[in-house]
Amino acid sequence: MNQMACPKTGFSRRGFMIGIAGLTFAVAVGRERFGHAATEAPDVSGMPFNPWVSIAANGEISIIAPATEMGQGSLTSLPLILAEELDADWSKVIIVPAPAIDKIYGNPGFGGVMHTASSAAVTGFFTVLRTFGAQVRAVLLDNVAQRWNVPLAELATEPSVVVHAKSGRRIGYGEIVTFAEIPAVAPEIKPEALKKTSEFRLIGHDVMRVELPTKVNGSATYAIDVQVPGMIYGAVLRSPVEGGAPDKIDDDAAKAVDGVIDVVRLPYGVGVLAQTPWAAFDAKSALESAVTWQRSGKAWGFDSENGIDAFAADARNLDMPTTVGWFKQGDAAAALAKATTLIEAEYRCRYAYHAQMEPLNAVAAVSPAGDSAEVWCGTQYPTAALAAAARALNIAAERVKINHTLLGGGFGRRGDYDQEFVVDAVLMSKSAQRPVKVMWTREDDVHNGHFRPITAHYLRAGLDASGKLIAYHQRVVGDRVLPFEDPPRFHGNTDRDYLLMNGVELKSYDIPNQYGGQIPRDTGVRTCPLRGIGFTANKFVVEAFIDEVALKREVDPAQFRMQLLKYSPRGQRVLQRVAEMADWSRKRDNTALGCAFIDYNDTLISGVAEVSVDHSTGQIKVQNFWCVVDCGIAVQPDNVVAQFEGGIVYGLGLALTEEISIRDGAVQQNNFYDYRVMRMNDLPEIHVEVIPTDNHPTGVGQMPVPIVAPAVNNAVARLTGVRLRESPMTQERVKKALG
Amino acid sequence: MATLKINGEDRTYEAPDDTPLLWVIREELKLTGTKFGCGVGLCGACVVHVDGKRAFSCQTQVSNVAGKEVTTIEGLSPDSSHPVQKAWLAERVPQCGYCQSGQIMSAADLLKRNPHPTRAEILAQMSGHICRCGTYPRILRAIERAAREA
Repeated sequence: MNQMACPKTGFSRRGFMIGIAGLTFAVAVGRERFGHAATEAPDVSGMPFNPWVSIAANGEISIIAPATEMGQGSLTSLPLILAEELDADWSKVIIVPAPAIDKIYGNPGFGGVMHTASSAAVTGFFTVLRTFGAQVRAVLLDNVAQRWNVPLAELATEPSVVVHAKSGRRIGYGEIVTFAEIPAVAPEIKPEALKKTSEFRLIGHDVMRVELPTKVNGSATYAIDVQVPGMIYGAVLRSPVEGGAPDKIDDDAAKAVDGVIDVVRLPYGVGVLAQTPWAAFDAKSALESAVTWQRSGKAWGFDSENGIDAFAADARNLDMPTTVGWFKQGDAAAALAKATTLIEAEYRCRYAYHAQMEPLNAVAAVSPAGDSAEVWCGTQYPTAALAAAARALNIAAERVKINHTLLGGGFGRRGDYDQEFVVDAVLMSKSAQRPVKVMWTREDDVHNGHFRPITAHYLRAGLDASGKLIAYHQRVVGDRVLPFEDPPRFHGNTDRDYLLMNGVELKSYDIPNQYGGQIPRDTGVRTCPLRGIGFTANKFVVEAFIDEVALKREVDPAQFRMQLLKYSPRGQRVLQRVAEMADWSRKRDNTALGCAFIDYNDTLISGVAEVSVDHSTGQIKVQNFWCVVDCGIAVQPDNVVAQFEGGIVYGLGLALTEEISIRDGAVQQNNFYDYRVMRMNDLPEIHVEVIPTDNHPTGVGQMPVPIVAPAVNNAVARLTGVRLRESPMTQERVKKALG
Repeated sequence: MATLKINGEDRTYEAPDDTPLLWVIREELKLTGTKFGCGVGLCGACVVHVDGKRAFSCQTQVSNVAGKEVTTIEGLSPDSSHPVQKAWLAERVPQCGYCQSGQIMSAADLLKRNPHPTRAEILAQMSGHICRCGTYPRILRAIERAAREA
């Protein structure tokens, strides 16, 4: 592996200020709506501000990182893309996390907001960051051409150096900024002026992720590590149901805990302020049996066992119309009516919890007058965190300063619009009139989780007389996600809930007539995108169903998919390759293989699972998992492999053991003893291969998660002859299904 | 006021005797590399060494380490030069990184007792930890590398 020097990470304002001492690019670099970015940017410190790049006379190059870092590598990958076209010496680059300003740092590929989600960072920012980098490089070249009075065409760049080959002269970027002038209008960069893939020095070559050294010596700072002078601690007992409110509070026992300062009634719960975290947690425990709740809110009385039964009944009841169309191609109803063979199936998927390792938390320092606040938090959505703090305090957004840190895992949980962990901290700090760190316990994090929704699926397929799959129809009944996750975005989305429905459509498969419809339900249970979003449930269902169709036709399931992928050569290639890696056609003793293919926002993935099943316990053991991905240009190839290894582990948990159940609106699980995630001794051998192509880079972080469950399901079916129809495929369910 | 020996230094603290060592380390002594993950000894984010052996600091009362040597990730080496830390970087193990201090402390504990562990011995030691990013394959490779290169 080609290892490169590791640049310094400038997590401080100092790194930033070094930059502005030199050349700055506070200009309209290519996007009109950023035209006045420098002057419009709010500035909490009273210093001037520069949107993307600054170069100091000592050669240090500061580049803004517009996405938050939660392990996916964007803190490195995005500045690297800009540095590539700038032809920057990577060892001189300082990376500066972006302040919370959507109109400058919002992802153009994700609605223009600073929401690190949907594996959209690299794909959304790729072209604009390359263009920004090329513009800065063009300005540097132009200044040197004028200074040396040579034709621009005779100049070239090497890392952080402009070179005039004819005269042998060289000048570093740092020296250029001592005389450079920035044009009023940024130079135009045509797409063909950007580097060819073969010219990349940084993209496609693995560099050390910039924050990695801090993650092996304990110095990486997460929000939970933040301490500010005068800070005390908070814990919050929340209503078990969203929308519930405290009724009677008997706080005698809580207040008797040594170190407790106050017990605070909040709109949605009861908070404890204490001198130490331990006292705060003790007092919160004492409140658990001492608070009664107003049953306001919707989910009271909801039971997930009954709920999913009702969803499933609605899914298969064809007299009940789907209320929201999701995907339509051809005329599925007509094709089904004339099909020679009709195949139908039902599947179910359960609530799942993110289980990010850092429990939710935030630190807030609200001014004694309650009219301004500073917040430290780990969030996927800094601008929503800022807005949530302002709403909770009923103050203008300009009065809130957000310091966002590294995240101890996100997986979607830290991206919901409500950012309630930030609200906790600002309300508790306002009450205390001093800085407060509010931490959730693991039990709080589980009880108040925002979950991947439950869904019930009914599917039909129609084959013509030749056996060709001519029609596919899927009905999904599920808890909606978008209205709870991000109400403003939902209202602009005409009820189409992509977080629930993505993956129902089969864009890569040659199936002429398709219809996918949604029957939305609102149980009141807190829902959320979870790594893999709707793809995890929908691809589990569809890819298992495709195997059912293949079996019915007595065709090898991998061969059947190769036929379906006849118009997707890239799809065929990943499937072909994974079949080779797994030695697909070789028969095994006591194990079997299952395959799956998914196209996830243009990332193409194929996986093969090898499983054994213990009939006495119902335990599925995945022995091997092979996976191949084509995500276009792989900006950091080793990181793509790392994300796929991790995503497969995550997908295994969702496929086999992870389940949240709800009774009377309340979560039944508590901690890792009853919400079981994968550990090292649960793992198969994982084999990942990236097929690099010259296509625009597409998403990586969450893409592998949905490939796992269908591949495992199909392997179990081939091994046992029994089709499992529910995810997770727990021991109890497997045992029952095997009889 | 009581005293604790941590990373070779005597440090004073005020927490009551029954306080979990984790909170004293993190909030009083401000050594925040040791993490809170579950509070019940099931995730390993809080692992430190007490007298050279691994301990789940969320399950250890501070009074129980009186007179003993506590080592946290910050004290494992002054410059990330411990073989396990070097192997962790060479294999690019961390993703979010939150669980990694505990993982590294457990791996260091294992290799100190057993410089050339079998794969089964690695699994037995490390399956007390949770990494939600799923870095397990790289953790395994890093431990095997550290055993090779130490």
